[in-house]
Amino acid sequence: MNAPMTDEERFRKENPMSEFLRMERMPHIWCPGCGIGTVVNSFAEALKKSDLDMDKVAVVSGIGCTGRVAGYMKFDSLHTTHGRAIPVATGLKLANPDMKVVVVSGDGDLTGIGGNHFIHAARRNMDITVICVNNFTYGMTGGQVTPTTPTKANASTTPYGNYEYPFSLPFLADACGATYVARWTSLHARNITNSISEALKHKGFSFIEVITPCTTLYARRNRLGDGLDALQYYHDDSEIVHGADTREVDIEFQSKIKMGTFVHREKPTYLEAVNTHYANVIGDEYQLYGKTTPEREAEKKAQEQANQGSK
Amino acid sequence: MRKVAADPKGVDSGSHFMDGDHALAEGALAAGCRFFAGYPITPSTEVAERFAERCPHVGGLFIQMEDEIASIAALIGGAWGGQKVMTVTSGPGFSLMMENIGLAVMTETPMVICNVQRCGPSTGLPTLTAQQDMMQVRWGSQGDYRIIALSPDSPQECFDLAIEAFNLSETYRVPVFIMTDETVGHMHEKVVVPPAEQIEVLDRNWYTGPKEDYRPYDFTGNLPAPMVKAGDGYRFHTTGLTHDERGYPAGSVEVHKKLLDHLIGKIDNNVDKISKTEDSGLGDAEVVVISYGITSRIAAKAIADGRKAGIKVGAMRLITVWPLCENRIREIASKVKGIVVPEINMGQVVLEVERVVGGRCKVISVPHAGGAVHDPEVILDAIKEAVK
Ligand SMILES: Cc1ncc(C[n+]2csc(CCOP(=O)(O)OP(=O)(O)O)c2C)c(N)n1
Ligand code: SF4
Ligand SMILES: [Mg+2]
Repeated sequence: MNAPMTDEERFRKENPMSEFLRMERMPHIWCPGCGIGTVVNSFAEALKKSDLDMDKVAVVSGIGCTGRVAGYMKFDSLHTTHGRAIPVATGLKLANPDMKVVVVSGDGDLTGIGGNHFIHAARRNMDITVICVNNFTYGMTGGQVTPTTPTKANASTTPYGNYEYPFSLPFLADACGATYVARWTSLHARNITNSISEALKHKGFSFIEVITPCTTLYARRNRLGDGLDALQYYHDDSEIVHGADTREVDIEFQSKIKMGTFVHREKPTYLEAVNTHYANVIGDEYQLYGKTTPEREAEKKAQEQANQGSK
Repeated sequence: MRKVAADPKGVDSGSHFMDGDHALAEGALAAGCRFFAGYPITPSTEVAERFAERCPHVGGLFIQMEDEIASIAALIGGAWGGQKVMTVTSGPGFSLMMENIGLAVMTETPMVICNVQRCGPSTGLPTLTAQQDMMQVRWGSQGDYRIIALSPDSPQECFDLAIEAFNLSETYRVPVFIMTDETVGHMHEKVVVPPAEQIEVLDRNWYTGPKEDYRPYDFTGNLPAPMVKAGDGYRFHTTGLTHDERGYPAGSVEVHKKLLDHLIGKIDNNVDKISKTEDSGLGDAEVVVISYGITSRIAAKAIADGRKAGIKVGAMRLITVWPLCENRIREIASKVKGIVVPEINMGQVVLEVERVVGGRCKVISVPHAGGAVHDPEVILDAIKEAVK
């Protein structure tokens, strides 16, 4: 008779997301109650539901607790430098346009040190999906203030409370030209999944902000309780306002959180703009990496049909 | 590694009159580079401009990024996406690239970075020549590592070395630097682009084995592992953290040593294959001028004048500056009275020459604060001093 499986064996074998995770790298480094795992789970769920070719998905992260996501997901993956996930993703996408490139990184990484790349990728409508785990803090380095930390919140480098004005990330993304913008909290796992599904289908720069607890640092320092208390707060004080004016979705310290799909519009992506422009100006001689624009489009259509057929 | 003839699309065969910057772009295209990310900066901008103009006709893509940090980051993504990639910059932009140069070194990502050197520190003399980044290219990013740096002395060599740089970066999976300067960058001369079939380019060393056996890294030999590209189903992982051969983070002192020994060994143990010099008059020489880039052409005048004056002076031009051909320099040092090292900086490569020579002969530095090339007379004076 076989010995019964240990908890660990069962976890490795029966984890419903194991086909998307590098199980040999478990256990992960994240603290109990941290929201990053929820985001990974929702991301994996969205991939599971999608008709994408999983070999054509790449995950790129910067540095931070969230930056470790790339290393745990079983896809072509790059764990880069602090703030530089977006330009690495940009290079990957432009060098290999068949890839679906997803950036998963932290608030400090994407909007502090990497803010310049964020605004320009949005401006260009670069065809990548950016998922920002916004825990209002630099988790990895011990809870310092970030560009999203609400005014008055306490951080290790604002020990008397934060006196700066934070970014409202949906507003920033919208203003810079992002064509899909959504926000959820880590309580709203199913909504995150749905948004990621939409983002994966979307052509252009899609941005999803997920408000998550950093239980160990931000929550503790601000006496906000544990992971469950965070979820309670998200439950009690969040409100779905699809299509909200992004000028009105600021988050103040423990204030109401407006969430939903705020922006969903169509605009040619960076590569579509390049291809259309050169096809017009130069004609058939223009062949990006050896393919003319009509060839590329026909191929894409055939691929889409094949994917639909197999569903 | 597969040797193939250049893709004729990227090769503008024939005789041209062009400057070093344009020749760099042509060399990259001939080498099969089809992805370029850059940010404008004098005196390197013409490389980007040439590439931007040419690439829609050759099936390539040019993107002007938001800064140099983004440019080199895009190269890392682009290389793992499967393309041969290049960027170009000068001093201030070079400084901004440093962190991700380290990431490229650590992840063994092939790429070519041209630095058309201008005069610093800081904004310095932004339009004038220098060779002041020769140590920065070697040590500018944190930690211990090795890179390859080439130094062309003419527009023709800009073209030739661009191809060589790509071939080296594919062989050793390391960023290769073309350390040219404002003078060569803006100097117009005849550049001959051979027919495509005469240009030998190395394809990436693609992994073709079973998926389960794929490892992005191999720390066992003197050469790096073959590569895969995103989308081919190998599900590679790469990180700037200390990692094992699977590319997975592994934070131990032992793994770190293995990794570092590999990153350093793949260059140090192949110096003889990598390093190229152009030598003249070494046979009977009592003094040898070791120089690189534009300074070699100034030194040539001083050497000719020295010979006329009866001094037995020879020349070694470093086409490859890093890794330095230490054994060859030691050999020369044991035969001559002195070595003269002129360079347009306050004495950088000369420090390494002194170390290598280790007192076997005199070593005379001929520094220049930058903004112009040397007066050949100053080099001749040093030659006279060395032979004493
Ligand atoms: C250039 C650079 N500066 C600083 C750091 C140190 N650092 C590592 S992670 C991090 C903060 C990450 O915060 P965030 O992006 O919000 O991710 P989190 O850990 O909260 O998920 C910092 C400042 C670094 N790695 N590189
Ligand atoms: S420190 Fe905070 S962000 Fe990092 S893993 Fe722990 S809870 Fe999550
Ligand atoms: Mg954070």
